Amino acid sequence: METLNIALPKGRLGEKVYSMFEKAGFECPSIRETNRKLIFENPEKGVRYFWVKPSDVAIYVERGAADIGVAGKDILLEYSPDVYELLDLKTGKCRMAVAARNGFKDDLRKTLRVATKFSNIALSYYSSKGRDIDIIHLNGSIEIAPILGLSDVIVDIVETGTTLKENDLCVIEEIVPISARFIANKSAFKFKGKQIEALVSSLKALTEEEK
Amino acid sequence: MKIEDILSAEELVSLRLRALYAENGYSLYKMSKFEEYDLYASNKDFLESERIITFTDTTGKLMALKPDVTLSIIKNTDLSPGEVKKVYYNENVYRVPKNSPAFREITQTGLECIGRVTPELISEVVRLASQSLSEISGSGVLDVSHYGLIGETLDSVSLSADAKKRIFEALCAKNAHEIKSICEKEGLSASETEKTVALSAIYGPAGEAIPALIKVFGENKNVLELKDLVSYLKKEELTNGVNIDFSVPGNIKYYNGIVFKGYVKGLPNYVLSGGQYDRLLTRLKKNVKAIGFAVYLDALEQLETAGGEG
Repeated sequence: METLNIALPKGRLGEKVYSMFEKAGFECPSIRETNRKLIFENPEKGVRYFWVKPSDVAIYVERGAADIGVAGKDILLEYSPDVYELLDLKTGKCRMAVAARNGFKDDLRKTLRVATKFSNIALSYYSSKGRDIDIIHLNGSIEIAPILGLSDVIVDIVETGTTLKENDLCVIEEIVPISARFIANKSAFKFKGKQIEALVSSLKALTEEEK
Repeated sequence: MKIEDILSAEELVSLRLRALYAENGYSLYKMSKFEEYDLYASNKDFLESERIITFTDTTGKLMALKPDVTLSIIKNTDLSPGEVKKVYYNENVYRVPKNSPAFREITQTGLECIGRVTPELISEVVRLASQSLSEISGSGVLDVSHYGLIGETLDSVSLSADAKKRIFEALCAKNAHEIKSICEKEGLSASETEKTVALSAIYGPAGEAIPALIKVFGENKNVLELKDLVSYLKKEELTNGVNIDFSVPGNIKYYNGIVFKGYVKGLPNYVLSGGQYDRLLTRLKKNVKAIGFAVYLDALEQLETAGGEG
């Protein structure tokens, strides 16, 4: 049996997803040990896991360093990696939304200033509406942009909405629902297809059980 | 010293491929490094990247360093009715690969069949694509799709143009859950949805996939074309490593009928890409058919260094 290289997103979502892989029968006990190791292998199950920055998972998979991985739909929409998206894991659920200061009214005579980490998603959303926008690409603390007058609105991920609420912001439009997706390298799927399919089918059964 | 010790793996493969194409009756097509920019400007979305290196030549004409080979071959090929031109090439092209910030020089070997392209010629080209993969590596997989069957399936149900485009994108990503969700949002019936999702669900070794296709889509013209192709490959003992798979990406505005991509173990992306492109010829006002493929030789240097368990 060949080893399946699996890239998981570092952090809470990755841990949740690993538990799903474990339940699906692809466990790797060494991953639960407290140490500074980055790569964990269970030869018996033919799996090798590694943690990477969530926004990098798709790159590892697209370039073949990982055969499969788990990435948020936000990352897949933003970077359009050339990978297969085989399953919606129905976890890590949130939404991509447009938010603005409470009481904001869009002045259609002006170019809309949009602050976001997700420039491509914002561009494609507003271009589908025919709205002229000015993208302000930020790398974090997006919520502060409309408060300081840097932008009119923000395009960002909203989970519970608490951060928005505490900063006098609110969701004005929803763009797309987001959740974690199981992705595979296209070439790996040709040569390790049976192993990948076995994993997908066990995970699918799990997500359906949890419905 | 042997020639094998001097040449790189990429050069050796290139020699073997040229021999394969020449033995099968294809003649070498040598072209200039430059082409008038206009040719690409009017067919930009046929190219993998719209970014082109341009310069003004000594006569003031805007020229381009070739980003593509096929367009030049079509432009410079004159055919009399009923004739077919079979050529192969080994050229460098200059383009910006997807998700890359810079131009790259890419070595490409391939072949084109233009003119009276018969089903037998289509089978021959797919056979040569499969044999090209064998020349590169002991384990290769050729995914064969049929854009005619995809188009016909999507046209047979009531879908908006945007929904069709999104379904095709989801199909290329093997994203069956997205296809299902789009069909449901567009109000398709359960059986229509099932048939559309089947495009994503049916894939696998050529011999096994054909009966599954016939079961869902019946013995229609497109399925029969695939069936005849698979029978031919079986006769040639080449079905091993040929898959039917409708996730093969490509520009549906230019490609039609049989399209394919080839993968070899150890390389993350396809190394061979091709198919029928009659629609491109129609756009170029040439009343002929065409099929061809390219092998991306520069990718092979990664094969030499790809360590681990590829």
